[in-house]
Amino acid sequence: MSEYLVDIRHERLSFFTPAGEVKALNDVSLRMKDGEVLGIVGESGSGKSVTAYSLMGLTADNGKIIGGEVSFNGHRIDQMVEKEIRRIRGKEISIIFQDPMTSLNPVYTIGNQIEEAVRVHGDKSRKEARARARELLELVGINEPDKRLRQYPHELSGGMRQRVMIAIALACEPKLLIADEPTTALDVTIQAQILELMNELKKKLGMGIILITHDLGVVASMCDNIAVMYAGEIVEYGSCDDIFYNPMHEYTKGLLKSIPKFQEKEYSKLVPIEGQPVDLLNPPKGCPFAPRCRSCMRICLSRKPERMEFGDGGHYSRCWLRQKEAFEAGGLNGMPSVGGVTVAGAAPAGAIPNDAVSAGSGMETAVSEKPEGAFPQETREVDS
Amino acid sequence: MSEKLLEIEGLKQYFPVAGSKKVVKAVDDVTFFIKKGETLGLVGESGCGKTTTGRSILRLVEPTEGKIVYDGKVIFDSASGTKADMLPYRRKMQIVFQDPYASLDPRMTVGDIVGEALDIHRLYKNRKERYEKVIGLLQRVGLNSEHANRYPHEFSGGQRQRVGIARALAVDPEFIVCDEPVSALDVSIQAQVVNMFEELQKELGLTYLFIAHDLSVVNHISDRIGVMYLGHLVELADAEELIFHSLHPYTRSLISAVPVADPKTARNSKRIILQGDVPSPVDPPSGCAFRTRCPYADERCRMETPEFREEAAGHYCACHHLDRVGA
Repeated sequence: MSEYLVDIRHERLSFFTPAGEVKALNDVSLRMKDGEVLGIVGESGSGKSVTAYSLMGLTADNGKIIGGEVSFNGHRIDQMVEKEIRRIRGKEISIIFQDPMTSLNPVYTIGNQIEEAVRVHGDKSRKEARARARELLELVGINEPDKRLRQYPHELSGGMRQRVMIAIALACEPKLLIADEPTTALDVTIQAQILELMNELKKKLGMGIILITHDLGVVASMCDNIAVMYAGEIVEYGSCDDIFYNPMHEYTKGLLKSIPKFQEKEYSKLVPIEGQPVDLLNPPKGCPFAPRCRSCMRICLSRKPERMEFGDGGHYSRCWLRQKEAFEAGGLNGMPSVGGVTVAGAAPAGAIPNDAVSAGSGMETAVSEKPEGAFPQETREVDS
Repeated sequence: MSEKLLEIEGLKQYFPVAGSKKVVKAVDDVTFFIKKGETLGLVGESGCGKTTTGRSILRLVEPTEGKIVYDGKVIFDSASGTKADMLPYRRKMQIVFQDPYASLDPRMTVGDIVGEALDIHRLYKNRKERYEKVIGLLQRVGLNSEHANRYPHEFSGGQRQRVGIARALAVDPEFIVCDEPVSALDVSIQAQVVNMFEELQKELGLTYLFIAHDLSVVNHISDRIGVMYLGHLVELADAEELIFHSLHPYTRSLISAVPVADPKTARNSKRIILQGDVPSPVDPPSGCAFRTRCPYADERCRMETPEFREEAAGHYCACHHLDRVGA
């Protein structure tokens, strides 16, 4: 039995569409402990929702896990059949969706829908289920619960509906709650209410939460650890402070620079990430972010960077630039570490290409292959 | 004092509710002006009337009441019944819409979408000139000539928004209403588009009314910011003044609710969490619209609507209890 609540190892997941194979997840590994709040950030299409959904066996029909392991609480989700997953889904893992307007059934009352969740995984009578539903509505801060139980979704506001969704998700006291953009469709003042509620519930119930969002502000206030995804890969993972104060991937850095600084007096121009999001039908060969990266080197275009760890808090990124920096520092003073960066093993001199090319200008000419072994395996610390 | 390009006085926009005699007061007595070359940001939650305000100004929906003066000329005045012919003004006042997926005709090529404005206003002598203008516009927004023959579905969200901007720029406007132009875009693309708006403003001397619900984006791009709540403008001031010295209790809670992308600040800051939801604009509260959620509300707020007054130079606010709200 694993000590982790969630343990995903080298997951590959593809969608098979008429246009070809869309590689939605490409070697994703992720772990989280009981009671942890993990944030997954990334742009649309980066695979953040797919990662979480595959934990619940909720992959669309044309999608398939084609490699790796997906474990939850000791269960191998990827090897289970639908019937087995159903026993876990809704009971041990539950989910709240982005859009509370469309994820409730309009023809059933709020009470019906919460009771259903209560009764599916248990042997409660109707009466007990109703009492539990009432209790859940109180838990999520809905006033006049008796009246609300008899109402239909259209009679409630967006914020209220999201509270009902949370009540349904909590019906069986899950070990893991997946919140997929839970506040994106809500106004800021309502968003603040829902985030506050989720924080309270976490303290009260002690469940693990995976918070999927594109909003860095939301993760900053909620999460213990953050995984940054880009084009189906986790490009950086670390504690909340690591990601915000010591980002180690060029994409993470770019993201942080591209958001307007609020409550800062001086005006500073935004630094956008140039280019367009990746086409997953034809993903780049090397680092997926290379075509948009300002510090793109030749090797970035031809080979995927391996995972490199920083410190011992689990912070890692996949970026050739970091490997190069570490190597150069190591090459100069013979020490394989720089600024808290630990690189296992030392690399032979001259292995790192010095020809950093600026993105855009040198891009077209930089496709030449690096000779195999140009960057030695030993410099990488993979899965400890 | 720089010149006022646009003046809005007592703008009201009511919509009838189907099957009843009630009306939705989407915009209720809004007064403000926009100076030449500035960016006025308009923020508020969904349903507060910010988009409707933008559309009423362009008379895309005919205002119920009020007066709109553009560059010294009255284009709408309900009191005197003035309704100017808008065609010449459409060349000066343009709009960029929120949803780049819905605001481009899927059956027109990008070249035609941008060129249509040129056709309507007859801004070219021959096909060649039209083509050159279209290409010039696409290049101006960071696209290229190859894109002219493609259809909207072939573009990403950010690129589509660029097409929408090129279309607005086609007639050489002076004033653009930007209606949530970046809220449908990914964070990394948002910055590209925001920067483009800023560059275009500098190059072409444009004036913007920038409507968005994201206070951090509005703060970034705006010279002055107006805050709307339930059809009313509750506060208006210079951007910095508004963020750091806001007066209205609603503005304050709005500012404190913005999630800050900085874990230390987020941990230490105390949020003012408003209770409840925004009331329905069909049945707005009497007196001050915000009173149902306001921690300072009392009998007076129920009885009389607070006046939108200039509290300090250029800082307008509508609240009865500024003395109690304190600094």
